[in-house]
Amino acid sequence: MNLQDIVDQLDLNPYTQGKPLNTIEPSGGYTSDLLSCVMAGAKQGNIWITLQAHVNIVAVAALLDLSAVVITEGAQPDTATIERALEQNITLLGTNQPSYLVAGKLWEMGLKSG
Amino acid sequence: MDTITDQQAQGITRVEELAYELKVSQAMSTNVKTVTPDMQMNDVLELLRNEHISGAPVIENGELTGVVSIEDLIRSMCICDTSAPIRDFMSRKLIFVHSYDPLVKAIEEFTRTKVGRLPVVNEEGKLVGIITKGDVTRGVLIALQKDVQVEEIRRYRASHLFEDIISDRTTLVLRYQIKANDFIHGGTASSNIKRALVRLGANQQLARRCGIAIYESEMNLIIHTLYGGTIRVEIEPNHIIIEASDEGPGIIDIAKAMQPGFTTAPEEVRELGFGAGMGLNNIMRCVDHLNLESSPGRGTKLEMKIFLTPNESLRQPNSQE
Repeated sequence: MNLQDIVDQLDLNPYTQGKPLNTIEPSGGYTSDLLSCVMAGAKQGNIWITLQAHVNIVAVAALLDLSAVVITEGAQPDTATIERALEQNITLLGTNQPSYLVAGKLWEMGLKSG
Repeated sequence: MDTITDQQAQGITRVEELAYELKVSQAMSTNVKTVTPDMQMNDVLELLRNEHISGAPVIENGELTGVVSIEDLIRSMCICDTSAPIRDFMSRKLIFVHSYDPLVKAIEEFTRTKVGRLPVVNEEGKLVGIITKGDVTRGVLIALQKDVQVEEIRRYRASHLFEDIISDRTTLVLRYQIKANDFIHGGTASSNIKRALVRLGANQQLARRCGIAIYESEMNLIIHTLYGGTIRVEIEPNHIIIEASDEGPGIIDIAKAMQPGFTTAPEEVRELGFGAGMGLNNIMRCVDHLNLESSPGRGTKLEMKIFLTPNESLRQPNSQE
């Protein structure tokens, strides 16, 4: 399952894309809004579900080599965040759905490893 | 797909990207042998044999009109009619790609039509080259090579640092000034240090451990200090020492600060997802040795040490001691 499949099925809105979406296969998923928890728990290649939309999510995604960040609940990343994400080749996706639903749908799609 | 390793997946990804980035013109062969419909199949035989090719575009009045291939030649030989004109055996189905098409277009045509070679035409429809599956592979390989060369040179230079400079003890020191409340640049120093370590030859896991420890230290300086602070990373082939120091306000109760979940971060910072009270705990998981000194009113010094296993050593294994 690649990011394009996920974007299509969950109807996500790509703000930025690091690489062509259909070439990235997330290794699993992680969800938390506390950045230190993410630093501790998310694994390389994970897709990270959060309602944080500020510029520091890009640093976290870059340091951990995450495959994408899904920003939930309609939170809007500002231009600084989008610019930084473009600079660092980080894929940011947005949705109005809550984190719980996004995680549930990814699980149903078969993305079951953490 | 479960059996593909991360590394393989990364490789595939870059090749696929290149298939979109590269143009047909960058991979095609421009030395095209062409024939005309009036020539004989015997001429095709000669051409294919002499040039070691398996087909050629057919040109009439300067226009591409078809392709004649080894399969067409075999058909003419089967009925002992090799003196017949090419026009009787050539394929008139015009399958071609444009020189400005992405390489992936050629790959799609190969898959869709099962042909082995595709004539390449320019904007005006004039034949400018020919492309085979072999050309595609070669083009991608050359591009991949160029691609990695730049980063490779950087890595090569950096990874030999400890061999090229002869001394009894070589230490590389990186310093970063971190400003208080500068959330916009939070994570910049740690990202830069992580990249530096990879160039020095650190493996993914080591770079990640350092990245996490330095990120948490960096955020501590941004969130908690009065005037910001300094991150100093001392790199030697067998260990890395990270020091985060500031000039205040200092920690009142160090034991409490080390407790998971304990935080003094203000509410507006916690809303951003910081101040979970996990920073020091995350650092402890990533480093081999941690020393925290602080006195209220003076400042804080956090010293972290990571020992590199022989596997992770930043010195090349075959170098002389």
